[in-house]
Amino acid sequence: MAEAAAPRSPLAGLGKALAEMRADGVTIAEGPARTRLNLRLDQKDVEALTAAGAVLGGSLPRTPNTAATTVNGTALLWLGPDEWLVTGSAEAGAQLEDTLRARLDGRHHALTDVSAMYATIALSGPLAREVLMKGCRLDLHPRAFAPGACVQTSLAKANVILHQTDDAPSYEITVRNSFSVYLATWLLDAMAEHRPA
Amino acid sequence: MLWIDCPWCGARPETEFRYGGEAHIARPDPATTDDAGWADYLFMRSNPKGVHAERWMHREGCRRWFNALRDTVSNDVLTIYPMGTARPDAPGDEAGGG
Repeated sequence: MAEAAAPRSPLAGLGKALAEMRADGVTIAEGPARTRLNLRLDQKDVEALTAAGAVLGGSLPRTPNTAATTVNGTALLWLGPDEWLVTGSAEAGAQLEDTLRARLDGRHHALTDVSAMYATIALSGPLAREVLMKGCRLDLHPRAFAPGACVQTSLAKANVILHQTDDAPSYEITVRNSFSVYLATWLLDAMAEHRPA
Repeated sequence: MLWIDCPWCGARPETEFRYGGEAHIARPDPATTDDAGWADYLFMRSNPKGVHAERWMHREGCRRWFNALRDTVSNDVLTIYPMGTARPDAPGDEAGGG
């Protein structure tokens, strides 16, 4: 990866509004800068799946609508039967990509850096589920949607990757840059009823 | 709201999907097909009242295509099956074939 100016978040303009939002039982924040790699592998190529898993430090999830977290904190999100989103720290990025590419060399695969395509919004707290339910048709009840669940769906008509990371519950919402301001604004509005009186 | 069972993601609302028209329409060889045959391939669809084989794609989810048998009267999705496989039988399927 060539040296470039520090990336500017598409949510930078909403920084103040996000920082000043106070609501009982739910918090919102822009997620940290992330490296995001879209990885596609032949699902029948067990050796390639194993090799990728070894580089990443955990096996790629094969169960739809799930995500795995590796020992070094990289999240592996299931996107399709032969497609995953690898999200790591911003610093890990270039090295992770190079290592993966070297390890998969000669195997049928596609590895694309899509870091700059998405923004991340972190929503957390006992009422986070209620807020999401205003715009999401899927069943988010704990019996159906628990930590480790990761779906691609529409949230308030925006296409998102919704990943529940813990029991708080905390959600990490990955959304395309162009939808991020709309979605963050929608979430702020959805949280407004929980503002302290 | 019509719920469709994505073969990968499970039951999802219809609005997450894209409809892809009638399934099992084979493209003829343009070198050996006359205009009528080509027009038939391009434009003529079966439009049945009853069970219809059609293509769907989970646009907002896994983005995979699959085939479905849907009853055009009740709007029930009867069966989901992979692309490239023959049309399965469905209860009350009188149209048969593909």
